[in-house]
Amino acid sequence: MDAQTSFLDTLFDRGILHESGVDGLYARSALFEDVIRRFEDYVIGLGRDETDEAMVFPPGMTMADFETSGYMKNFPQLAGTVHAFCGDTHDHMALLECLATGKDWTDGQKRTGLALTPAACYPLYPIVARRGALPEGGLTVALQSYCFRHEPSKDPARMQMFRQREYVRVGSADEAIAFRETWKRRGSEIMTALELPHHVDVANDPFFGRAGKMMGASQREQELKFEMLVPITSSDKPTACMSFNYHQDNFGKAWNIRQRNGEPAHTACVGFGLERITLALLRHHGLEPAEWPDGVRKVLWG
Amino acid sequence: MTTAEIIRDLVGKHGKLPVDVATLGDDSDLYTAGLSSFASVQLMLALEEQFDIEFPETMLKRATFASIRAIADAVDSIVRDQAAA
Repeated sequence: MDAQTSFLDTLFDRGILHESGVDGLYARSALFEDVIRRFEDYVIGLGRDETDEAMVFPPGMTMADFETSGYMKNFPQLAGTVHAFCGDTHDHMALLECLATGKDWTDGQKRTGLALTPAACYPLYPIVARRGALPEGGLTVALQSYCFRHEPSKDPARMQMFRQREYVRVGSADEAIAFRETWKRRGSEIMTALELPHHVDVANDPFFGRAGKMMGASQREQELKFEMLVPITSSDKPTACMSFNYHQDNFGKAWNIRQRNGEPAHTACVGFGLERITLALLRHHGLEPAEWPDGVRKVLWG
Repeated sequence: MTTAEIIRDLVGKHGKLPVDVATLGDDSDLYTAGLSSFASVQLMLALEEQFDIEFPETMLKRATFASIRAIADAVDSIVRDQAAA
């Protein structure tokens, strides 16, 4: 049995996660959620003084904004969209007939205008854009969302539905880059405080197909994305528990977010994979948080 | 048309540049001229179709598409390799 399956089974056996029958879709125990909540409180505290506002998003976003994000250009394989039954009684009977006979009943599902949110910061940009030009000095927002990515896996650190906590900076190029550098440094301080082995490395998103190879290479060459890597189920392939991203003016242009001078806004975000960080803590400090090292407990429980 | 002229034409069609490709020299930096990552991918696919080639993974990087001359050199080298194979 490989390390991923073994760790996942241990989490199931201990009742820390509960399986659903679909890889990457799990119920969380109170213990697991308590760690997530403590970590979020810790990170919210670190950024409080420089944050203008905070938002929490539902796990879905509008299809229109999903399309504007360009997600289907880059990651069609990971996307999830919401469809629903919109038929009449006749269609309903046909659906029930399919269900009863084990046939595919989803043919008649129609688009609802919703997509599952693939990255926690996407729903923020249209909200900021609707307000008009940015305030002087731009904007820093703390946010959290459930996200969906269609990538079933036995790796407990690769869930299909998971939460990202983020800080997002919207402003000038200099402001966005400075923000990202600050959080790269803070990210290492956080991991040191949590006594987790870690290193930061340049990274690329999993762009789709051959064209994606080029997008990924380009992203790396421009050093637009860095990840905080922590070994969870493998030391050869450590898991990205945080990412530090500079989007240039891609989202500023896509949603028409303007700086005060009329130029498209530049954006950057730091994302914390809440389940992944919790799994890293459980992996390195044991499955009983009450027995974690004093230093780690002090950071999270005070 | 020479290879460079064909490439210039494809850059004009697929590069989505904010400037007229005719104003660019063969050595002009296409990224500086406004070539986005995504447009460079579309340009790559158009080049593959036009010249009946496939860019190897090692060439799928920014430098390959940095100028009309860089693209022409890359296309020539792939065509040579494919002829030799």
